[in-house]
Amino acid sequence: MSALKIKKGSSKHSAYNLRPNFSDVQETHTIAVLVENEPGVLARVIGLFSGRGYNIDSLTVAEVDHEGHLSRITIVTTGTPQVIEQIKAQLGRIVPVHEVHDLTVEGKSVERELALFKVNGTGDKRVEALRLADIFRANVVDSTLESFVFQLTGTPDKIDAFADLMRPLGLAEVARTGVAALARGI
Amino acid sequence: MTRQMTGAKMVVQALKDQGVDTVFGYPGGAVLPIYDEVFQQNDIRHILVRHEQGAVHAAEGYARSTGKPGVVLVTSGPGATNAVTGLTDALMDSIPIVVLTGQVPTFMIGSDAFQEADTVGITRPCTKHNWLVKDTARLSSTIHEAFHVATSGRPGPVLVDIPKDVQFASSQYQGIPKVATSHYQPQVKGDMQMIEHLVEAIEMAERPVFYTGGGVINSGPAASQLLREIVEATGFPITSTLMGLGAYPASGKNWLGMLGMHGLYEANLVMHGCDLMINIGARFDDRITGRLDAFSPNSRKAHIDIDPSSINKVMKTDFPVVGDVAHVLEDVLNLWKARGRKVNREAIARWWKQIEEWKKVDCLKYKPSEGTIRPQHALSRLEALTKDRDRYICTEVGQHQMWAAQYLGFEDPNRWMTSGGLGTMGYGTPASIGVQIAHPDSLVINVAGEASWLMNMQEMGTAVQYRLPVKQFILNNERLGMVRQWQELLHGERYSQSWSEALPDFVKLAEAFGAKGILCKDPADLDDAIMEMLDYDGPVIFDCLVEKHENCFPMIPSGAPHNKMLLGDASTKGAIGAKGAVMV
Repeated sequence: MSALKIKKGSSKHSAYNLRPNFSDVQETHTIAVLVENEPGVLARVIGLFSGRGYNIDSLTVAEVDHEGHLSRITIVTTGTPQVIEQIKAQLGRIVPVHEVHDLTVEGKSVERELALFKVNGTGDKRVEALRLADIFRANVVDSTLESFVFQLTGTPDKIDAFADLMRPLGLAEVARTGVAALARGI
Repeated sequence: MTRQMTGAKMVVQALKDQGVDTVFGYPGGAVLPIYDEVFQQNDIRHILVRHEQGAVHAAEGYARSTGKPGVVLVTSGPGATNAVTGLTDALMDSIPIVVLTGQVPTFMIGSDAFQEADTVGITRPCTKHNWLVKDTARLSSTIHEAFHVATSGRPGPVLVDIPKDVQFASSQYQGIPKVATSHYQPQVKGDMQMIEHLVEAIEMAERPVFYTGGGVINSGPAASQLLREIVEATGFPITSTLMGLGAYPASGKNWLGMLGMHGLYEANLVMHGCDLMINIGARFDDRITGRLDAFSPNSRKAHIDIDPSSINKVMKTDFPVVGDVAHVLEDVLNLWKARGRKVNREAIARWWKQIEEWKKVDCLKYKPSEGTIRPQHALSRLEALTKDRDRYICTEVGQHQMWAAQYLGFEDPNRWMTSGGLGTMGYGTPASIGVQIAHPDSLVINVAGEASWLMNMQEMGTAVQYRLPVKQFILNNERLGMVRQWQELLHGERYSQSWSEALPDFVKLAEAFGAKGILCKDPADLDDAIMEMLDYDGPVIFDCLVEKHENCFPMIPSGAPHNKMLLGDASTKGAIGAKGAVMV
């Protein structure tokens, strides 16, 4: 077959994603961005999202290489396939950005988030909260006679599910870190 | 020789090491130490503008006409905020500019000090990159990195913000790094496999077109040379965006003229009807594509661009090649030659026959000037009387800009300076000053409208101070012509705020500045008046009173595809639907 007759939608022949890019389907992607840890770099990334009207569902950032002054920003974003491609290309052209990885399409990955839940209550509700926490493998990191602070690590879905269960049991406050993610394997 | 020096001295030393010969600027409290160093040397010429916006546009004119980065030096606070329009303009048109701003001392940052502004915060979205230097030890390396970023990959403006205490403090000067230390190294070579697909497409195409943009000019003279070679060798027609004019000569036999909203009939119909579109360094801008879903519906599209984010941004392409235009064109040309220089001659001859039919429409014809000068006529005469000279053209923004693009011919790259992406009224006067500084013996003309021209007219003071013989060719219709045109077509001829009731006497204004003023209102006097302007050795303001209600045609109404162009005197009522109206 002539190389010219590239089937629409095939990405075999291209360094680029040639899927029909302009569909209305919304996809959620987790993007890992390795950046030089210099002042203003987070503002550049966030400014790109607000300036071009992209969504940020979750964003985490911390320095991961102290010697190389590299930070890793993990962004969960939602958009059409075309918008996701643009987000990656636009991130890539920010000068202090070293690498951009779309963990959602580059093979399997693991995603984890840490959350703290303050649950106030006494009597049966308190016991039930503790029992559910045990099922979810949440740890108690603070306790008074009328409250717990649970620490839970897991996927965002698991944390959502736990929050839903805690709500009728006296959930007072939630703090979440946002998603950290890594590709599986070597 | 000791390399220990103050930050202020470092700035001047770094500029010298970067080969900078000219700086456009305006002093103020936070840059006084640097100005003190500028005073004590003769290698770098400082051009004192009248407004910081003018400094950036002048640097843009300098950069675009030389291919070298333009350099600007301004103070903190208002100096920096006044530069913002110029920075945004340079970002949109990918012009390499290095802006150095003063800042309040590091220990006062954040205290709302006098003339303090969050300069890196304000300019972050309108620069390619910017830096706040808090330590003199990092100042020289940051300036070198700034030049590297401004000129590498897709060029653009950068800004270095230098607090006053950093200018006073001393440290070790670092020269230009001998090996590339920056991780920022954009890819310049295109993917050979994709280039091979493109060459196969070139060999088979029946109705091809080259659609070229500012990227060809930014890539340097080699890119224009290669483009000319590939166009001649393949025999394909070529059109260009506003930004790309001059990369292929207007006198070239394959030239179709500019495309887009006010592009030529034949150029737009070729774009609409082609089966292979080869986009070289252009970006499918909305002024080019019109309605996206009806844009060139039956073509396969190649896109050569150094910026990966340009590819598939608005238009899905079949042959995307990320790389520098010159590098990629060289590979395309070599491969195409090695494979036997094949093209579908028969089909392309048919294609040209069709194009010749479209050309017969003669879309640029206009009514003769009787009594009043038609702007098209004024530009045709300007073209006739200057085309054989060593000429650079700048423009402001509006109808005159489109007419200039239509009626003036550009034979070489870097000869045409216009604000394309941002559409900045007030660009042309300072830009013409920057061009004239870079090319003191050449003819530099700013084709202007009177409204745009008034936006940065203070720069005539700069022109007079440095004896720059810039010719300000003002097509004066006493209207905001393009706004008026849209109001006529779109808003029921309700001309809201689109004319000025109090225009200055431009001849007296010229004299007040110490320049020469020429008034021309009779078509019979036009040639003599233009010659008088050209013969005068000094800055001229040429007030050309033109027909007040002339519209700029051809025109693709917003929201319409390329084959629905409006031509000249055709009825234009109701030509733009409500959907199109929002796209203006």
